[in-house]
Amino acid sequence: MNESPQKPKDIIICRDVHKWFDRLHVLRGVNLTVQQGQVVVLFGPSGSGKSTFIRTINRLEEHQRGTIIVDGIEMTNDIRNIHAIRREIGMVFQSFNLFPHLTALQNITLAPIWVRRWPREKAEQVAMDLLRRVGIPEQAHKYPAQLSGGQQQRVAIARALAMQPKIMLFDEPTSALDPEMIKEVLDVMTELARSGMTMICVTHEMGFARSVADRMVFMDAGQIIEEGTPEQIFKNPQHERTKQFLSQILH
Amino acid sequence: MTTATETLEPPRTSVGVLGWLKKNLFSTWYNTLLTFFMLWVIWAGGSALLSWVLTTARWEVITANTRLFLVGAYPPDQVWRVWLVVVIVSLLFGLSGGVWGGTIRTFTMSLAVGYAALIALSFLVFPLSEGFVWLFANLVILLVTYALARDRKTWQRWMIPLWLLAFGVTIVLLHGFAKSEWLPEVSTTRWGGLLLTFMLSIVSIVMSFPLGVLLALGRRSKMPVVRLFCILYIELVRGVPLVTILYMTQIMLPLFLPGDVRIDNVVRAMAGMTLFAAAYLAENVRGGLQAIPEGQIEAALAVGLNNALVILFIVLPQALRMVIPAIVGLFIALFKDTTLVMIVGLVDLLGVGRSVLAQPEFMGLQIEVYIFIATIFFIFSYAMSFASYRLEQALGVGKR
Repeated sequence: MNESPQKPKDIIICRDVHKWFDRLHVLRGVNLTVQQGQVVVLFGPSGSGKSTFIRTINRLEEHQRGTIIVDGIEMTNDIRNIHAIRREIGMVFQSFNLFPHLTALQNITLAPIWVRRWPREKAEQVAMDLLRRVGIPEQAHKYPAQLSGGQQQRVAIARALAMQPKIMLFDEPTSALDPEMIKEVLDVMTELARSGMTMICVTHEMGFARSVADRMVFMDAGQIIEEGTPEQIFKNPQHERTKQFLSQILH
Repeated sequence: MTTATETLEPPRTSVGVLGWLKKNLFSTWYNTLLTFFMLWVIWAGGSALLSWVLTTARWEVITANTRLFLVGAYPPDQVWRVWLVVVIVSLLFGLSGGVWGGTIRTFTMSLAVGYAALIALSFLVFPLSEGFVWLFANLVILLVTYALARDRKTWQRWMIPLWLLAFGVTIVLLHGFAKSEWLPEVSTTRWGGLLLTFMLSIVSIVMSFPLGVLLALGRRSKMPVVRLFCILYIELVRGVPLVTILYMTQIMLPLFLPGDVRIDNVVRAMAGMTLFAAAYLAENVRGGLQAIPEGQIEAALAVGLNNALVILFIVLPQALRMVIPAIVGLFIALFKDTTLVMIVGLVDLLGVGRSVLAQPEFMGLQIEVYIFIATIFFIFSYAMSFASYRLEQALGVGKR
């Protein structure tokens, strides 16, 4: 494949990805290619395998068949490969998963100091810049339990960004938030998308999808049923299952 | 009528000392009755005990045998080495209290009060004896190092290495070297009394902690052989009484070692207690490990930490914090269980008590001796318990 400035490179390539939980076949041949800088919104009914799928991309779940290539590195069982891929990818979880025994700042600097081997001063400087970017520099020395849900999720985003990843995965980042906090998190995500970050977001925030996503991907029963631009998906969904699902979540 | 913004004083009888008394002691007629009954019990029991302690009790059994109680058969001309160890401890407590402040400072200050009390006591009993001078020196060293180290946060990183170093130095200092002129060997068979009790418990606590943590991690390992070994070890040791383990280390340890290696009784007892405590500690730690949500580990892996870093920085700090009370409970039990070494022929604090009572001139003074021993055990057990409570509070910051 030739890389030219006109055609952005394929940073994530998933081919025929299968996954079983014991005997349960949860991913049934998922094919997805994401170009650098693209924002992909992944949606679908619960149990459709969307979370499981994005978790295979950084090997929080192991896939049993198929190929996953991230930034030219193929995912294998080799732990060095897995670490190399994880360093390229930041992840934000539904339940934040901040480390409760560390302050916001320490949550962010932990990996840069111990994995990237940055000096503490540099890590803290970068962390403060990130906290300013997500709008909560004044909370740097608080513990997660002292922050609101929206603030915790923004710290979690800053923590993921501190490793300077090329790709960000969002696994239902606003599902555990009170309505008035959803917007502050979505604003950060929108800013991030505009800055050119490659993102895959599992979310049902359709307003966010409409304004930010380059592509929307609908999953059901472990497979990708349909994909297209937000325009195509909202105005003219092709598949019956997509229409049905959209009609249930859009009123 | 009051307006909405006006705050009224609560009724006089519901706040302050009066309010507390009324609410807690005299709320009903039977509560009042109980209050007076308990006051009478406390007064009757307390005054009887106090008058016995001050008038009837024959404390000369303790004062005449103080050295035995404290160091057992440790050679009297070498006791300065024990005192030097106490000096090291005072030094480190002074430094730690200074650089860390908070709970540790409370401990430093409690130790200072303890020294002051002992100085007062020894002034009454053995005025200007050698021990009196050493105690006084310790108090001075404690306070001076505290003042010196106060608020020097940059020294903090040296404290834990220093404590570990002191642990090694203590053992070398107490044991000495064969054929050395300055530090002649004092065989562990001559260690006794409170010194032996302390050495047994400190060594087994310090050694069992890392071993127990490793066993707990091993029990959750993905490698079946490691897991099986850890499960077998933990379950076997937990299924056997400590007494049995102490006998086994006395008899069986030599069987596993080459014939020319002789390990003395004290080291065998330490090994037995360490192996025993490690199994229980592992189970306590496992409880903490299980309480860590899977999301914590996933988040740590996702930012790129490897398995060792995840355990070191994310899992263990949270897991250990959760099980501090259980672990300290275990250590307190271990401290008291050191008295079991009596059955393998070692003379710890309780053992000294028994041998003192066997002397003809002190026959029949069991109450004095056992109250003295119980008081010492209580003071140190309570100190540990208090430390754990304060530690929990201090670490509670940011807890979910």
